[in-house]
This record gives sequence, structure tokens and C-alpha cells, in this order.
Amino acid sequence: MAGASPAEAIVVRNLWQVFPRKEGISISSADVMDEQRVREMDESDDTVVAMKDVCLTVYEGETFIIMGLSGSGKSTLIRCLLRLVEPTSGEVCILGHNVTAMGKRELVQFRREKISMVFQHYGLLPHRTVADNVAFGLKLRGEPEESRKEKVTWALETVGLTGWGKYYPSALSGGMRQRVGIARALVMDAPILLMDEPFSGLDPMIRRELQDELIHLQRDMRKTIFFVTHDLSEALRMGDRMAIMRRGEIVQVGSPDEVVANPADEYVARFVSDEKEQFERGRAFIGSGPGREATACVS
Amino acid sequence: MFPETLRFHIAEPINIFIDGLIQRYAAAFDLVAGKILFFLLSIHRGLEAVPWWGYILLVFLLSLYFSRSILHSLVLASLPFFIGAFGLWSMAIESLAVIIASVVMALVIGLPLGVLMGEAKSVETVLSPVLDAMQTMPSFVYLIPAMMFFGLGKVPAVIATLIYSLPPVIRLTALGLRQVPKTVEEAALAYGATRWQLIREVRLPLAMPSIMAGINQTTMMALSMVVVSSMIGARGLGQEVLVSINKIDVGRGVEAGMSVVILAIVIDRLTQGLAKRLRPGE
Ligand SMILES: Nc1ncnc2c1ncn2[C@@H]1O[C@H](COP(=O)(O)OP(=O)(O)OP(=O)(O)O)[C@@H](O)[C@H]1O
Ligand SMILES: [Mg+2]
Repeated sequence: MAGASPAEAIVVRNLWQVFPRKEGISISSADVMDEQRVREMDESDDTVVAMKDVCLTVYEGETFIIMGLSGSGKSTLIRCLLRLVEPTSGEVCILGHNVTAMGKRELVQFRREKISMVFQHYGLLPHRTVADNVAFGLKLRGEPEESRKEKVTWALETVGLTGWGKYYPSALSGGMRQRVGIARALVMDAPILLMDEPFSGLDPMIRRELQDELIHLQRDMRKTIFFVTHDLSEALRMGDRMAIMRRGEIVQVGSPDEVVANPADEYVARFVSDEKEQFERGRAFIGSGPGREATACVS
Repeated sequence: MFPETLRFHIAEPINIFIDGLIQRYAAAFDLVAGKILFFLLSIHRGLEAVPWWGYILLVFLLSLYFSRSILHSLVLASLPFFIGAFGLWSMAIESLAVIIASVVMALVIGLPLGVLMGEAKSVETVLSPVLDAMQTMPSFVYLIPAMMFFGLGKVPAVIATLIYSLPPVIRLTALGLRQVPKTVEEAALAYGATRWQLIREVRLPLAMPSIMAGINQTTMMALSMVVVSSMIGARGLGQEVLVSINKIDVGRGVEAGMSVVILAIVIDRLTQGLAKRLRPGE
């Protein structure tokens, strides 16, 4: 990240998300301006403050990692980027478009062209074949069948699933399903890739394999990747920069090495040390082989 | 004794109200009744055009296609044979015509209502208690409004059957749409599905098993109205049951009753087989 400052891909400004826990409660952007009110909502059982005043900038071509404990608001943040949930207050700008200000039509168009997303639980359509799943976004976009077919073949080949196109997702293992999820995202050729714990449900070997493949792909693609995980070793391997979230707030942003070396507060330190220990134990166990490679990737 | 002075009746005003309604909209009721009768008779004529062995063959082939078991299909296909052997074939066809006419109309009304109910919370709030009431009411009750507006005969029988069999398809369609996994819906939205695309490409196909179960139940409810609706002139197998009750002719009653059961079993198996075929991701 040397030289002239790179272009901003995702800019998040003062983003708040307060979920009502009961019906009939409505929260407006005025509520989050008032510190007293925020404290009330935080303590109340009727509301969940899932994101507090989140500000972030992600640059084009980088892999940006969000880490945090369960319930810290990572998924909420990634969903807000394409408004799968409506933020209570704040602004999201992606590639110069103000996403939070978009109308319905514009938003649909934006989702079709600029962003593709990979989900932890795959989110595949069980009633469609693998090939149709991969083609899903293209079909929504209205691409003709001919070019769809070509791109799907390419995408399946890229994720190593050549020949699996006619099967249904139920016939595939977890790792293969997530490959389909990745193929569905890649085939869109969108500049931004959102990934919400894409590898969390997979066993370590497969996870490792997919991480390596994604790193490999990213070397050529240079897409902007927004990647949620709660696995530090994954963050260290994949990330150019990372942010740590805690109870809806961003507590630290920096390169993975920086965060590990200089944790901003006790929470980050504890968080990182637990994970680091595990990571190191794992590396010692594996020995000099793949472990060394992993460090090479992040440095 | 309940004091004479506290007594009052609503029967008279209701009769007056209904009479007024019927007089004012006589033309409309006639028109609707005519259309329904025409629909019913067309179905009846179509059903009559098929020879008896045609039905047996059809049941066998459909069952074979759905179940892939020859033995199972042979047993199922042999059942309608007994209806004919009892001499009740034409009555069974008559009942079948009423059932098909009511089920088709129930689906035409019920499927869109079910989709609306599954999509809009407000529709559910209104419709839910109505469906609850409909399902707890005994089937005889439906004869009253049907008779009020359409008198005696086949048309009110179709109407009563239609109303009685309507709730399951509405409910199960709505339920099926509600049960679609949020993760799948979210993925479709993330890739730029519009609301309509979400319904057509994701929610309806995934709700299909539930919708088919609703169609199956609606058909079964229509079948169970066969005897009741013959009280207002539907004829068919139900009438045969009623006659044998009046004459205390147990044997004849059993034959007619068995024929109704056979109809039910065959239709149930075939619609369930179809449902299995339409299950997603097989
Ligand atoms: N739609 C919603 N309605 C109400 N509360 C919600 C909703 N979505 C999330 N929450 C709450 O917001 C908080 C943050 O949830 P979120 O899913 O963003 O966490 P996360 O960091 O992704 O956790 P995990 O690692 O478990 O996925 C949680 O307390 C959750 O219960
Ligand atoms: Mg999450």
C-alpha cells in the first residue's frame, strides 16, 4: 500500500444499527444522536444496539478483515453495506455511490452489478442445480443464456467443480457447496466481494484449502474483499488490513501484524493472544511446512 | 323456563335481508349459477367420455410413474373396479365431477389468497381468524348460505364443497412461503432479486411441498363433503348413502360408503405422488 493514496472502495460513516426486540418499537436516527438515549437503549432489553457509530474506509483491491466475538455486529455491518438490513442512521458509500440514499430500483441494479456476496450458510437454492445456482445472479441481471453458460463453465472450473453443474446442492459436501457459493460470486465479476464467515462451517483441512485458493485467485483478480471472520489465523493469512469489533464498536483498525503486535486495548490483546496462542500451537504442530508459508503470505 | 318476555328472534330480519339481497341481485346470482353449472357439466361430460377401463389404466400408469412400484400400482388401479362391480360407477363419476369442480375453484381462489397471506402480515391478521372459524364449523353449516343463494341442486353443492375445502390450501400455501429459509432469501436479495423475482424464483418453488400438501388436504376435504352435499341435491355416491340410511339398508350403505373411501384413497395416493415428484432438489 505504498505510493499514491489508493482509491476508496467502501466508505462507512457513522453507521448505527439498533434492532427492536419487541414489536411496535421504532427507533429513528434522532435517537442515536442523544448519548443518554443510546445508553438507555444499550441497557434496555427491548432494543439491541448492534452497531455503534461505525466509521471505516476500505481501499480498492485490498482484503479487509472484520473480526470480533459472536454477536459483536459483524454480520450486521456487512449486511448494511448492501442494505439487506436498513441501518438506523449513517451513510455507506461504495465506489462513489451513496448506497444509503438509493431508491429501490437503483439499489437492485447496484446489487446486481457492483457487489457479490458469499454466505456462511452458503444460501444456495436447493431446488436448482449447481449450474443454475451459479448462473442465478447473471439471470437476475438479464444476461442471455449463451453467455451465461460460458461464464458458468469458467466459474465452475475456477473453483474446481468442473462436471458438477448438473447436480443439486444436496448431493454436495459442505466444502463443495461453499465452492459453489464462491463460483456464484466470482461469475458476477463484480468489483466488490463480501464474505461473511465463508469458511467457518468447514473442517480445518477444507478451510485451509479454500483460503489458499482464494488467496491465489485474489492475486490475479485484485478485487476489493470485505471479509468477516472470527478466526485470527484466517485474518492473518488473508488480510491486508483488519478491524476489530466489540459490542458494535470498531476498537482497532490496522494491518494484522500491527494489531497483533500493538493491541489497542485489553479486549483486543486478550482476543488476539488467545487466538495467537492457538495459531502458534498449530504452526508448531504442523512444523516447518505449511506454517512457514502462512507467515510468508501475511508479511 | 326462559321468560317469554326476554325472547326475540333474528330469523325474520335475516330472511328479509336475504330475500332482498336475492331479489336485488337475482341476475348476478343466476349468472354465477349458470357459469358454475356449465363448468360442472363440462367436467361431467368429459369424465363420462372416458371408458371405465380408461380410468383403471390411467390410475395404474400415473401410480407407476409416481411410485415406480408395479405391485403398489396394480393394487391401487384395481380399487375403482369394485365401484363398477357394485353398480355405482355413474354415481361415482357424478361425485367426482362435483369434487373436481369445487377443488379447481378452491385452488383458483385459494392459491392467490395463500400467497397474499404469506407475503403480507396484514392479510394474515384479517384472514387467520376467518379460516379458524371456517375450520371449526361443522360442514353442515355451509349448506345454509349455499342454499340461501342458490336453492337446491348441484350448484349449491359445489359452492358448499368449495367453501368447506378452501382453508387448507390457503393456510398451507402461506405457511410454505413463511418457512422458506431466511438465508436463501437473503442470498437472492443480495444478488439483486426484486420482490417479484424473490417470490417466483425462490419462495414459491421452495414452498411447493407445503402447497402440494394443501392441495391434497383440500381435495380430501372436498371428498368428505360428498355425503353432506348430497342433502341439498348433489346426487352421486352421497345420495346413495342417504337413501340407504333412510331405508335402513346396511348392505347398500356399505357399498356406497366403500366407494367413497376408494375414491378418497385413489385421489390421495395420486396427489401425494405428484407432490413427491414436485419436491425441490431431487
Ligand atoms: N434482525 C435482527 N433483529 C434483532 N436483533 C438482531 C438482528 N440481527 C442481529 N441482531 C442482534 O444484533 C447483534 C449483532 O448480531 P450479528 O449477527 O451482527 O453478530 P455477529 O458479529 O455476526 O455474530 P456471529 O459471529 O455470531 O455471526 C446480536 O446481539 C444479534 O442478536
Ligand atoms: Mg455473523
